[in-house]
Amino acid sequence: MVATTAHAVQPDEIMSDAAKETRARDLSRELRCMVCQNQSIDDSEAPLARDLRILVRERIAAGDSDAQVIDFLVARYGEFVLLKPRLNPHTWLLWFLTPLTLAVGGIALWMQGRRRARSDAEQDAALFSLTPDEEARINSLIAAEPASEK
Amino acid sequence: MIAESGHYALVLAFGLALIQSTVPVLGARWREFSLMNVARSTAVAQLLFVAASFAALVTLHVSSDFSVVNVFENSHSMKPLIYKITGVWGNHEGSMLLWVSILALFGGLVAIFGNNLPISLRAHVLAVQAWIASAFYLFILTTSNPFLRIANPPIEGQDLNPVLQDIGLAVHPPMLYLGYVGFSISFSFAIAALIEGRIDAAWARWVRPWTLVAWIFLTLGIAMGSYWAYYELGWGGWWFWDPVENASLMPWLAGTALLHSLVVMEKRNALKVWTILLSILAFSLSLLGTFLVRSGVLTSVHAFANDPRRGVFILLILCIFIGGSLSLYAFRASSLKQGGLFAPISREGALVLNNLLLTTACATVFVGTLYPLALEVMTGEKISVGAPFFNLTFGPLFVPLLLALPFGPLLAWKRGDLLGAAQRLTAAGVAALIVMALVWAWTLGGSTFAPLAIGLALFVIAGAVIDTVERIGLFRLPLDIAIRRARGLPRSAWGTMFAHAGVGIALIGIVCETSWNSENIRSMRAGDVTSIAGYSLKLESLTSQQGPNYREMVAKFGVLIDGRVIATMTPSKRNFTTRGATTTEAALLSRGASQLYISLGDVGADGSIAVRIYHKPLVLLIWFGPVLMAFGGALSLSDRRLRVGAPKPAKSYRGLQAAE
Repeated sequence: MVATTAHAVQPDEIMSDAAKETRARDLSRELRCMVCQNQSIDDSEAPLARDLRILVRERIAAGDSDAQVIDFLVARYGEFVLLKPRLNPHTWLLWFLTPLTLAVGGIALWMQGRRRARSDAEQDAALFSLTPDEEARINSLIAAEPASEK
Repeated sequence: MIAESGHYALVLAFGLALIQSTVPVLGARWREFSLMNVARSTAVAQLLFVAASFAALVTLHVSSDFSVVNVFENSHSMKPLIYKITGVWGNHEGSMLLWVSILALFGGLVAIFGNNLPISLRAHVLAVQAWIASAFYLFILTTSNPFLRIANPPIEGQDLNPVLQDIGLAVHPPMLYLGYVGFSISFSFAIAALIEGRIDAAWARWVRPWTLVAWIFLTLGIAMGSYWAYYELGWGGWWFWDPVENASLMPWLAGTALLHSLVVMEKRNALKVWTILLSILAFSLSLLGTFLVRSGVLTSVHAFANDPRRGVFILLILCIFIGGSLSLYAFRASSLKQGGLFAPISREGALVLNNLLLTTACATVFVGTLYPLALEVMTGEKISVGAPFFNLTFGPLFVPLLLALPFGPLLAWKRGDLLGAAQRLTAAGVAALIVMALVWAWTLGGSTFAPLAIGLALFVIAGAVIDTVERIGLFRLPLDIAIRRARGLPRSAWGTMFAHAGVGIALIGIVCETSWNSENIRSMRAGDVTSIAGYSLKLESLTSQQGPNYREMVAKFGVLIDGRVIATMTPSKRNFTTRGATTTEAALLSRGASQLYISLGDVGADGSIAVRIYHKPLVLLIWFGPVLMAFGGALSLSDRRLRVGAPKPAKSYRGLQAAE
């Protein structure tokens, strides 16, 4: 999808098979350079990043699928190496906060709108229903008006 | 002497801030005008003293006075003058001094230009500004004093980080701070309104210009930072979801929502709760950003090297101000009178949707930035949250936002006609679909999202234009009448058009650059030729030369189209001897809104050099969009309605009777 196009890949790392190279680049964008401050191995010039890039390409060349390459790296370096956190109970809040906020916010606003509309309607109803006393008073006021203005 | 004067001026400013924090509040309580007016004088005096302090620090840097710790750690006698000046804010202590200077500047401006504010409101606003200022003066004086001396002055300084020795640095932090700190005014106004127990359309009219100024600068500051990263960090990336970048994006999102809420408050006296909470949120996020950058809590390319004591102090400031303001809100919320009512489908309704989506986006960035930290503290587990996460969660929120954007200005206040608005947008929708089809056909086999996104962007731009066209009746009425109406159209309407169009343009730039960029990575020797996107590039020479405080290896490239040389590009690598650091200076060639980008890699054993060449179509639109947004904001700011304050009672003229 949308990705930054910052690349530290060296010419000698590029794989000869273009499809595999694309896979390697896509995977590299999702892996963190662990000695850098917030860069993917695709972006970083650090020697560790280069080693990891080569490692990713070796695994792809050896026939691993994308998921297997990722698992291989996580087994060695921990989940810290993934830039897209895995979905597990520890990261539910992280992944679900956005849709949850949207849903809760939307519902809250909708309910507030309904409540206001209902209280409006109640106010209107209160205005338009008169007590017998008020009716009598209105009638007497109307009766007291000069005939020409009725 | 100068360092001591600067230090003393800062202490005096602190004293003035303490006075400004207390006396006007008492004056407002006791209805004592002289006490309330103290705020004006102290605000202006505070500004003068802080400006003097800042000037002192600049002088110390420019004169390379290495007996001052701050100058020793961040400067070098051979540094060019401009970087001696801008290096003042390239470090923690100096940038904090810039922060409080801008805080004092805004306070001073409110004191000088806020003559049509009710006097007690002005007193309260300046008092709240002074609370913030006092906290930060105390922070600077106790933990981050830029005027500390070294006992045995060294002969030479440690030089500024080479990556920061760039003209972008002259512009990016001051602009960013004008934005962040500008939101302190909205915050002060909100707190003052809560203290007084009164918030209404007139209040919104006063707050809006200040918020707009802050927002304009924050937009430009973020765009500048992004462009700077693009050409300076050597890889052509322009947004990294780095924690510090996120720390600037969050106040921007809250600030945009706040700006729109203020429009509703001013027009319809509605959305009071949103406005107050967003004012508190925007500044709280600015404070949070300050904390994140300076406490060493997060690893980031931007973070200042730090001392946990500073982190704790800022955290305390954060808790006091955020906790205090939210408590005040909870306490006073009942005194906020119900504002104007509106139907769900109306301009207010559209702006509520806007607020909801922007706030959710802000929450997404917040959780993504702080989650690794929180998780590590609670469970010891270390995870990373990077670009892939934000692309999946943040990006999709903008789809409904941008779809709804053109509808907003076309809906009426209070009760809008959605079908009517949709009919008026038919032309925009059709244009968007045509463009989508064309792009899809032209890039057949490529990304499926890109044409959709381009269509969406075009819908936004066309929608913005259609709104203006509708208002002046361009195709309905004779041309001269339309032109007359266009001249009479309030500037804020033009501002809206440019700002909204700017969003669409930025989106086009983003999509084009990420989907259709080409790259060419190879080793080259002098004389080699390679090609990219229809251009031929020939490496003509590779030479070594000496700069003011660095050694440079320069590669000279000739750019050819069909064999004809159209330009030369000279990317280089600089080695700064004092710090032992290397920076890569990329070469950029702009062709319309697209760019050719060359960056050098390592030198091989055989004298060849690794070269990375990119062609980035329409990349400049990414930053042109925000510039257009800021321009729209500036147009809005110059609207006469915002400069004319609340009406004053007519002065009575002696001796002449009104001809009534």
